[in-house]
Amino acid sequence: MLAKRIIPCLDVTAGRVVKGTNFVDLRDAGDPVEIARRYDAQGADEVTFLDITASSDQRDIILYIVEACAEQVFIPLTVGGGVRAIADVRRLLNAGADKVSMNTAAVQNPDLVAESSAKVGNQCIVVAIDAKQSAPGRWEVFTHGGRKGTGLCAIEWACQVQQLGAGEILLTSMDRDGTKNGFDLALTRAVADAVDIPVIASGGVGNLDHLADGVTEGHADAVLAASIFHFGEYTVRQAKERMRERGIEVRL
Amino acid sequence: MRGGGAAGTIAVVDYGMGNLRSVAKALEHVAGGKPVVVTADPAVLAAAERVVVPGQGAMPDCMRELAERGLRQAVIDAAANKPFLGICIGQQMLFDHSEEGDVPGLGILRGQVRRFPAEKMHLPDGQKLKVPHMGWNEVRQTRPHALWNGIADGSRFYFVHSYYVAPDDAGCIAGTTDYGIPFTSACARDNIFAVQCHPEKSAQAGLALLANFINWKP
Repeated sequence: MLAKRIIPCLDVTAGRVVKGTNFVDLRDAGDPVEIARRYDAQGADEVTFLDITASSDQRDIILYIVEACAEQVFIPLTVGGGVRAIADVRRLLNAGADKVSMNTAAVQNPDLVAESSAKVGNQCIVVAIDAKQSAPGRWEVFTHGGRKGTGLCAIEWACQVQQLGAGEILLTSMDRDGTKNGFDLALTRAVADAVDIPVIASGGVGNLDHLADGVTEGHADAVLAASIFHFGEYTVRQAKERMRERGIEVRL
Repeated sequence: MRGGGAAGTIAVVDYGMGNLRSVAKALEHVAGGKPVVVTADPAVLAAAERVVVPGQGAMPDCMRELAERGLRQAVIDAAANKPFLGICIGQQMLFDHSEEGDVPGLGILRGQVRRFPAEKMHLPDGQKLKVPHMGWNEVRQTRPHALWNGIADGSRFYFVHSYYVAPDDAGCIAGTTDYGIPFTSACARDNIFAVQCHPEKSAQAGLALLANFINWKP
């Protein structure tokens, strides 16, 4: 049976990993390739790099990191952040990424999802959706790192990107992100049940049971977390053991 | 990584379909110093000791690019006479025909490439199975083979695909996987081995399979 996936996520800026609430704390900085290797050794099913580099002249650094990662880490690698055009998708894939994630650009230019999917295959195209609850049972899509509301309904947008050719959805609850209170399970379930492509739950993981809840209650196909792994609170292996105890099929 | 045709070369066929870097790097990782080249040159393929045909994207595009780049015959020749590894679309193209885009394959192995049937995409408890089949699934080794050496039966490999191969001849099936239906996830005949999963992305099990391929003497 297909295993549910655990995906550690690394925020990368100008070639270094930053994470948590304190972006200026240099003790948090790490080498993305080293950290990806550690997660691979712990049994991570994939790794995601989110490039949050602000200055455009440092944007290409991520390509070198992806290249180095592809030489040493033999699990799938997804890269997102700053993807604006099909040329960005191609550059990342050619450097060694397996999937490219797009967020703001997909909302601004839905044709980009369709065009890239047609060119490189839908298995390479992830659409990231940042969603915030606007009413009971309703969530609005935000772009620009959560700064701009779009008026789009997250569930409808998820169905639309599937139609456009997305192969996977990375769904982040803005209400939960950084809270350590667990995924927004109602949001996760609503989206996962609405589409036929895999959904990765993200935002809010504070303990290992939250990961399991994302699968059992949220119907997610994969669960993504950053800080619980990054700060060494738990290993990926511990997460998988807990999920197995909860009756979830995992790769151990 | 490009060019060259030195003795012992492992050639990765470049027909313009996506990322070959991962495949080449994973092969290099286990090649023990044997040269790994990514090539679009039929002469390099002909001179290589062994040939790997990766592939991602859509089957019609892969078949078109293979033909336009003048590599179709070189791949057929390699599959006829040297250790040959097909990965993902590189497996599917070995067969007669694909439902994806209704295109003919290379016809080296008899059978069809089919899409996962929508009506079967659920578990017995009703839970829906997503397509693409994406993630780590178990490969049952249906018969012994040199490429399974040291890999536990039922090991998980990384898959990402919406179509699967249905061989006419059960004798060429080397591995099967369950996803709504049982499907053929590995094929073998003579000097050919082909898998639907991505060994280059399958951590230790995948690297073991690639190492076995490099040492394989069919």
